[in-house]
Amino acid sequence: MLRIFTLVIALAWLPFAVSAQELQTLLQSHRDVIIKPSRKTVGPTLDALVASGLPSVRGFLEAWQEKNVYLRAEDDQFYLGSDADGGLTLLDVDTGAQAVTGVDKKDAKQIKPNGGVRREIGSALVAFQLSDPDIARRTQALDALARSLDAAQLAPLIASIDNETDAGLKTRKQKLANYLQARFGESPAIRVAAIENLANDLSVDGRAVLSQILATEMLVAQQLPDDANVAEVLEPGEGDLDRIAAYQTLVDDHGLPALVVPADIRRALEANVDGGIVGGIPVARLDNEAERARAYDALVEAGKVPARVSEAAIDQAFADWGFYAVYLESDPTITEAAETAQATAQTRVTLSQTADIGLDAISLASIYFLAAIGLAVTFGVMGVINMAHGEFIMMGAYTGYVVQQIVPDYTLSLIIALPLAFAVTFGAGVAMERLVIRWLYNRPLETLLATFGISIALQQLAKNIFGTQARPLTSPGWLDGAWIINDVIQISYIRIAIFVLALTFLCLLLLILKRTRLGLEVRAVTQNPRMAASMGINPEKIKMLTFGLGSGIAGIAGVAIGLYAKVTSEMGADYIVQSFMTVVVGGVGNVWGTLAGASMIGGFQKGVEWLNPSNTLAAQTYMILFIILFIQFRPKGIVALKGRAAGD
Amino acid sequence: MQRSFLAQNPSVMWFLAALGLFTVVVTLLAEGTGTALISTSFVKTLGKVLCLCLIAIAMDVVWGYCGILSLGHFAFFGIGGYSVGMWLMYARTEAIVETSMASSVIPPTSAEVQDAIAAQIFGVVGASEFPMIWMFSHSLVLQLLMVVLVPGLLALVFGWLAFRSRVTGVYLSILTQAMTLALALYLLQNDSGLRGNNGLSGLQNIPGFDDVPQSTISMVFFWASAAALGAGYVLFARVLSGKMGSVIRAVRDDEVRVRFLGYHVESYKLFVFTLTAIVAGIAGALYYPQAGIINPTEVAPIASIYLAVWVAIGGRGRLYGSVIGAAFVSLLASWFTGGGAPNINLGVYEILWTEWWLVLLGASFVAVTLFFPGGIGSLFDRLKGDAK
Amino acid sequence: MTRLTKLMATTAASMLVAGAAAAADCPVKVGVLHSLSGTMAISETTLKDTMLMLIDQQNKAGGVLGCQIEPVVVDPASDWPLFAEKARELLTVHEVDVIFGNWTSVSRKSVLPVIEELNGLLFYPVQYEGEESSKNVFYTGAAPNQQAIPAVDYFLEELGIERFALLGTDYVYPRTTNNILEQYLKDKGIAAEDIFVNYTPFGHSDWATIVSDVVGLGEGGKQVGVISTINGDANIGFYKELAAAGVSADDLPVVAFSVGEEELSGLDTSNLVGHLAAWNYFQSAETEANAEFIDAWKEFAGAERVTNDPMEAHYIGFNMWVNAAEAAGSTEVDAVRDAMYGQEFPNLTGGTAVMLPNHHLAKPVLIGEIQADGQFDIISKTTEVPGDAWTDFLPESAVLTSDWKDLGCGMYNTETKTCVQLTSNY
Repeated sequence: MLRIFTLVIALAWLPFAVSAQELQTLLQSHRDVIIKPSRKTVGPTLDALVASGLPSVRGFLEAWQEKNVYLRAEDDQFYLGSDADGGLTLLDVDTGAQAVTGVDKKDAKQIKPNGGVRREIGSALVAFQLSDPDIARRTQALDALARSLDAAQLAPLIASIDNETDAGLKTRKQKLANYLQARFGESPAIRVAAIENLANDLSVDGRAVLSQILATEMLVAQQLPDDANVAEVLEPGEGDLDRIAAYQTLVDDHGLPALVVPADIRRALEANVDGGIVGGIPVARLDNEAERARAYDALVEAGKVPARVSEAAIDQAFADWGFYAVYLESDPTITEAAETAQATAQTRVTLSQTADIGLDAISLASIYFLAAIGLAVTFGVMGVINMAHGEFIMMGAYTGYVVQQIVPDYTLSLIIALPLAFAVTFGAGVAMERLVIRWLYNRPLETLLATFGISIALQQLAKNIFGTQARPLTSPGWLDGAWIINDVIQISYIRIAIFVLALTFLCLLLLILKRTRLGLEVRAVTQNPRMAASMGINPEKIKMLTFGLGSGIAGIAGVAIGLYAKVTSEMGADYIVQSFMTVVVGGVGNVWGTLAGASMIGGFQKGVEWLNPSNTLAAQTYMILFIILFIQFRPKGIVALKGRAAGD
Repeated sequence: MQRSFLAQNPSVMWFLAALGLFTVVVTLLAEGTGTALISTSFVKTLGKVLCLCLIAIAMDVVWGYCGILSLGHFAFFGIGGYSVGMWLMYARTEAIVETSMASSVIPPTSAEVQDAIAAQIFGVVGASEFPMIWMFSHSLVLQLLMVVLVPGLLALVFGWLAFRSRVTGVYLSILTQAMTLALALYLLQNDSGLRGNNGLSGLQNIPGFDDVPQSTISMVFFWASAAALGAGYVLFARVLSGKMGSVIRAVRDDEVRVRFLGYHVESYKLFVFTLTAIVAGIAGALYYPQAGIINPTEVAPIASIYLAVWVAIGGRGRLYGSVIGAAFVSLLASWFTGGGAPNINLGVYEILWTEWWLVLLGASFVAVTLFFPGGIGSLFDRLKGDAK
Repeated sequence: MTRLTKLMATTAASMLVAGAAAAADCPVKVGVLHSLSGTMAISETTLKDTMLMLIDQQNKAGGVLGCQIEPVVVDPASDWPLFAEKARELLTVHEVDVIFGNWTSVSRKSVLPVIEELNGLLFYPVQYEGEESSKNVFYTGAAPNQQAIPAVDYFLEELGIERFALLGTDYVYPRTTNNILEQYLKDKGIAAEDIFVNYTPFGHSDWATIVSDVVGLGEGGKQVGVISTINGDANIGFYKELAAAGVSADDLPVVAFSVGEEELSGLDTSNLVGHLAAWNYFQSAETEANAEFIDAWKEFAGAERVTNDPMEAHYIGFNMWVNAAEAAGSTEVDAVRDAMYGQEFPNLTGGTAVMLPNHHLAKPVLIGEIQADGQFDIISKTTEVPGDAWTDFLPESAVLTSDWKDLGCGMYNTETKTCVQLTSNY
């Protein structure tokens, strides 16, 4: 009785047991692809998995994409897994039930699909995820869809638009649907309408769609086919089509006689040397092109080598054959619409790009300004040349690094680091002024050398303490990312923060110099120290404080620069020459001058980079040459104070 | 005339005597010519130090005597090195190419030889054609002329522009530094045609003397460097003696006053600046075949600043002072960085001189400027003063 | 007295020789030519420590030819001419049998004339641009076809990249590598306008414009990928700007040839997850030999230290040299060189490295994805790729081959069947 009962139960379970193994069986039949997938081979497997319609497929694909599938050595079965301290926890692929825990990593092989495969899996998952209740999944689906536009996804995407609850995602879905319509729409009318929408789309994706529609290939033909949608007639030797290359296509594809280049001639001559003579000319005389040509022509007459192709023959070939760039898209109405849309978009993109370069230039200028503003105080106002200024920047950056090691919260550590960096470098500046610089006030060249000595000592000290490797100074999370104005113009928050910081310092410094007692005294001391002293000002103290102020600002600049780039012992040296030039170009003794100098240098450098984007180094070289010339013709700088020439 | 000049300047005679003695001693002890107590690598080091002394003299004249703190003289030094290096590379490669092509069935055309040389020289930097600036590289005479002409012209143009605009003092220093930086950045570009960061290498192999061992070649260059240093010393001593020397010193002490006295200050400064640049170029042309390689880091602004450091430590305004400074500091540097100095173990912390040497140099530099502005050279003056 | 000392010394020496039963003078001296100060110190000091560890291990295992090995460490201070000077000093003053050293290409070019003149032996452990073959150098790092080409293949095949941005620091390695890659890509049917090349100076920090240019390349409607030969510190600014632009590795993958475990330790890698690097070795390789090596290294140098590709190159190079010296029965350069050809030694990543007659190794190429913990997840591993001194993708080099064993020439023109030169091109 009991036995029968068990059997019935078992029989009742049997279909379940089989179905419970269905995905595993399917996976096993695609075993090789799943273990070692490639972008090119994974397609059929994904199709088979999706076509099976099994409910567990989606979970498996998501796990596969996230590298969470394991092959257990013991039973050679696939499992979904998660890694924990106690070892792997493996789940059954079909039921999702926990199969075993605490598996040693060596006993189960993690399946790691590469980026290309993960993208394919993502595309396969799109259909599942488009209407997922989880917004993150839906976003993921749209990302995947945007990466590889596919005609098959048009219908599910459109179906999912109406039920979309999130406004942002809904717009994005409509946008993507428009892209798909433009490329794969049913009728030309739908496509043209979609293409016209793209004229207002500045995003890279939108422009990519237009470019794809407008993709061309080269067609070489004696007679242009009637149905060809020609984009452009190409002239060999003009534009991108090289004369030799054009003829070579004719040789390769249409069997015209091959060109004979000098290397061919040499080879042919070498092969036909007979008793020290080739083509009637002694070998020793063949050390120039003319003789070689004669010898070769003799060989041609003897029928031993193919004749040279004359320029006239090449011209004739080009007269016979036409070279065309032909659209892959055969419908001219569509390509025309796309051309129009592209032209419109392109104009707007160019405008935006110019604005973007302008923003970059402002950002670079603000970085230069920040690096130089401390110097504007010490060098510009006080006339003290401090070659260790760059090392104060470095000290500030390392202060930020050390604070970050102690205070792990990035926001808090930044709030601590800024004043602390000021304090540290203020202290260092005051110490340097007291110990070294005040003895050298009348000997500026010696100040230069002594501060340079300090600079190399400080740099080496930093190396000894922190090592030569760059140290991380991580910005807080709220400074991550970029402010996106449109799809072309964007600027990272960290750069905006630097800009704001630079602006703050400009105002603060102007305020201190123009509106405070200290500023008044500073100006008095720099204009006439003796008179100032007789008015009851202590020039020594004022000089000390001013120098400390300039150094302290350098410290804060260091934190900012470290946040956007890197912290190394040599970072100061990267900025010192440029900072001096900023101050000198701008005009000494004036904070506005420094601002003007920084703007000009930043703008000029970005301008050159824009003209020659492939060589940043050249931009820097030209910038320095420009500065040298500029100073020759305007030695007092942009904003010149009356009565002070360079060198006074 | 010569005799009276030397008689007027006993220090020149002393210097020449010391240099001669040093040369003889090194020759007797060297591997190539004597008892092999001095290794070839050390002979090369000494030869290079002599070249550094030569550029230090030039620096001393322009800074210590004329008051122009040029932070760009190593740029001229580098240009001299590059000029001679171009011929060395070209000629060496030409020999290789000709040997390898000699066995070919058909004699090569001159274009083929040129292409092969270019491919050899520029293959390592991913190019295969000769840039324009190499157009004289086949001729030793022309390249040697470049050693003198390029630094000279560059200094002339730069100096003319700068002095004409009355850029002086620290401004001029920064400007010369900018010039060096621009040159270094230019050379760093592969497009410059001077092999970018790799620079020119294998310069110690002198074409045509492949069979001569390095121990001999190093001696020849050592002698040449010594001769150049001696000649340079005499040249500058002559320039600085007499009325011209007085004007130059006066420019240093008070430029405006000299101008009001009716002298054309700019011409004097331009003359000194250009002459010292040429000497720097010659020093570089002798230095780099001994070093074996020249690349843009050699011309980086820091090198010129070190030059100023040597002169300051040696003692400005004394030609022998700058020689002492250059020799002393550069030899000391190689002693410290070469691990020659014993490390000091403080128990809690061990001072490794390879790490702390630069700190020491920087600190001693501050100390010299503050407390010892005459540098090492002033010790001699004190000795002289005591003797009287 | 003196005669007695001399006699004793001679006896002792002859006993030693008899004991060692080999023609080596004890101790065997090994030169270590890595910068311990200056800009390259951070990378090269690690290699010096690696060599000291390997020598120490070998000495514990009985040394070589019955002799203890004595390391001679010198500091060329990241100063390229000084490399030549120090190499000469090692070979003539210290009379070392072999030198392990150099990192940058320019330092190698500086050393080449000296070791060729004095017939020294150098093991060079860093990936480099190729286009060179010296009789006196064994290149244990990757040639371009062992790193760059497989990485580009991965981009083309696996990621389906159709438009390439080649970003590099302006010096020889990126220039030559990019030249080779440009030609290779063109051969693969990538149009010239789909290859964007940019060079930046060492330590470049202003990346905003370049990153936005690269992102803008996507407007062509083709999948864009970045091949980075950016060197050292400049990477930090680059990756930071990339992260700020909100570009993920799925949209714009970057494969780097100069970013390893050591470089990543200066970065917050959470934004870089998924970007790639190609090397012959990653610390994350799961083999027993690697686990042992990592343990030994952490014990020797400190628990926080990471291992990297050039360290493995020294590991293989040093062990091969020891085996070759044992096989030759001598540490004399010519004998060791002959014994080096065909030497095999297990890689730390599995498989076996073989020394080829062109002085390069056959090694597998790995591609790893950056993980949040600063390590690499190995997602692709090839079989052993033989290193190629002269690339097949540049017309001038395609005709050249290097074979020191049979042809006795490092720059042999297969077309004219002549040896272009016996020295290397420096």
